Amino acid sequence: MNILAVDSSGLVASAAILSDDVIRSEYIVCNKLTHSETLMPMIDEVIRSSGLKAGDMDAVAVAMGPGSFTGLRIGSATVKGLAEAIGKPVIEVPTVNALAQNMAGYDGNIVPLMDARRNETYTGIFTFSGDKLTVLREQCAVPLGDILEDVNERGKKTVFLGDGVRVFADRISSGCTVPFVFAPPGLRLQRASSVAVLAERYYEEGFFSDAAGHKPVYLRVSQAEREMMKERLRESKAAEGDRITGDNL
Amino acid sequence: MKDINILGIESSCDETAAAVVRNGREVLSNVINSQIETHTIYGGVVPEIASRKHIEVIVQVVREALKKASMTISDIDAVAVTYGPGLVGPLLVGVSYAKAYAYGCGKPLVGVHHIEGHIAANYIDNKELEPPFMCLIVSGGHTHLVNVRAYGEYEILGRTMDDAAGEAYDKVARAIGLGYPGGPKIDRAAKEGDPEAIPFPRAHIEGDEYDFSFSGLKSAVLNYLNSCEMKGIQVNTADVAASFQAAVVDVLVGNSMKALEAHNADKFAIAGGVASNSALREAMEGACRERNVRFYRPSPILCTDNGAMIAAAAYHEYIKGNFSGLSLNAVPNLRLGQKQNKP
Repeated sequence: MNILAVDSSGLVASAAILSDDVIRSEYIVCNKLTHSETLMPMIDEVIRSSGLKAGDMDAVAVAMGPGSFTGLRIGSATVKGLAEAIGKPVIEVPTVNALAQNMAGYDGNIVPLMDARRNETYTGIFTFSGDKLTVLREQCAVPLGDILEDVNERGKKTVFLGDGVRVFADRISSGCTVPFVFAPPGLRLQRASSVAVLAERYYEEGFFSDAAGHKPVYLRVSQAEREMMKERLRESKAAEGDRITGDNL
Repeated sequence: MKDINILGIESSCDETAAAVVRNGREVLSNVINSQIETHTIYGGVVPEIASRKHIEVIVQVVREALKKASMTISDIDAVAVTYGPGLVGPLLVGVSYAKAYAYGCGKPLVGVHHIEGHIAANYIDNKELEPPFMCLIVSGGHTHLVNVRAYGEYEILGRTMDDAAGEAYDKVARAIGLGYPGGPKIDRAAKEGDPEAIPFPRAHIEGDEYDFSFSGLKSAVLNYLNSCEMKGIQVNTADVAASFQAAVVDVLVGNSMKALEAHNADKFAIAGGVASNSALREAMEGACRERNVRFYRPSPILCTDNGAMIAAAAYHEYIKGNFSGLSLNAVPNLRLGQKQNKP
């Protein structure tokens, strides 16, 4: 079985092909956000250098989010287009889980940290049971303090990875009470091969979708919706205030 | 000659659209999924929300276009997609999808300029129309007066210096409480009003006789509304709508006719969302008739953003062998006639 996997959720654009437990090719580029121009040529390259054709793929996997909204959509639209063209399913892999998969074999807790801006991180807590990634805390968008508290309470040695390591290194060093390390550069950022490995497992477990059914998971509403909700909350509070005043009269 | 069937995909703003067009002229299907209701509560298109909607429906829209054309992808000769100008997030969905889809099917890809698409909508409804002709493209994002010299060859004579005509419609509609989208709402309200009730300014750009400016007109409307409010005068919405629309139409028709006469053109076409505005259509048609110039316009469904116009424009690129490569990017400020990304 051949799986083409794509990750364009963050600074890295990556594509890989997994064929029956072998990574036939992988392409990772971290050079600004040029995913729209680079992703498709990268996909073409990994397919051709594996001696395969697009039609040889049995499924197309994608880091489904969270991540950069635009980056996610470039990946999703690409994967949908390719899967639809070859009539094969899409396998959705949570971005944070795929990052955690980079640390396969590590015997402590694994905590990916993606810089989510607005003082938050896209994160989660994972561990390996044998060669199987186990989720201790599902991927989420929370303040760093929130996830550090959780890590400390679990009391196990921990590896941090993701582009958030650079952003939060000082705060982790001062706030983390369990033994910890940062993942080395080769494992720190998104890799499509990790998306592919999880995708193969999901596929075997029956978790895949039709190209039409796939959409990214943002873990956040858009700014316009957030402001609209705030506005409505203010209005409903104001209306409530009026009513209370009315009752008092 | 063998028939050429092109699948056109458009997602530059708030419509996800796909269509199959034969030989650049015959529409076999034209599917448009409009998000207008989603954006209405925000008073305009929210790019992030638009992008999210595009990604949710693009597969279904393309499938529907093929199904309505009674085709499968193997019957298609090329995949065409709008790559600019427009909102970058929405454009990226269409461009990324089309690139991967064309690649997966082994079909050539043609990146299309959105404005070229609007111009080409005229080829669909007017089978005899061929360049050279003059064309005014007016929509929510664009106001261009273009001399179409040949298929794919354009000379821009005039463009807006600030707001697009459709943008001015939206802003004025919001100010007089008609809501979004402004074009059709003002057009309707104007029918009940007096176009000469309020003398709004007609802007002419010094030195650039074919260029447009609508922000002064928009400010004049807002000032008028403010002064009425301060004086406690009840505003007649229909009169404001009619007088505003008359000012817009005067400038659009005036510049177009000047250009027609200076270039001795004998064919004139309008295109874009505002081209389905009844006042503009009537005034333009009348002005052309007076000058013995043939007037062309697309049907209203082809004035809005759609995939058929993109496929129609792509046909002429296909014939010339102008294809796009896998690194084709969305270009939000793409200029007309500017080509990006040869394979």
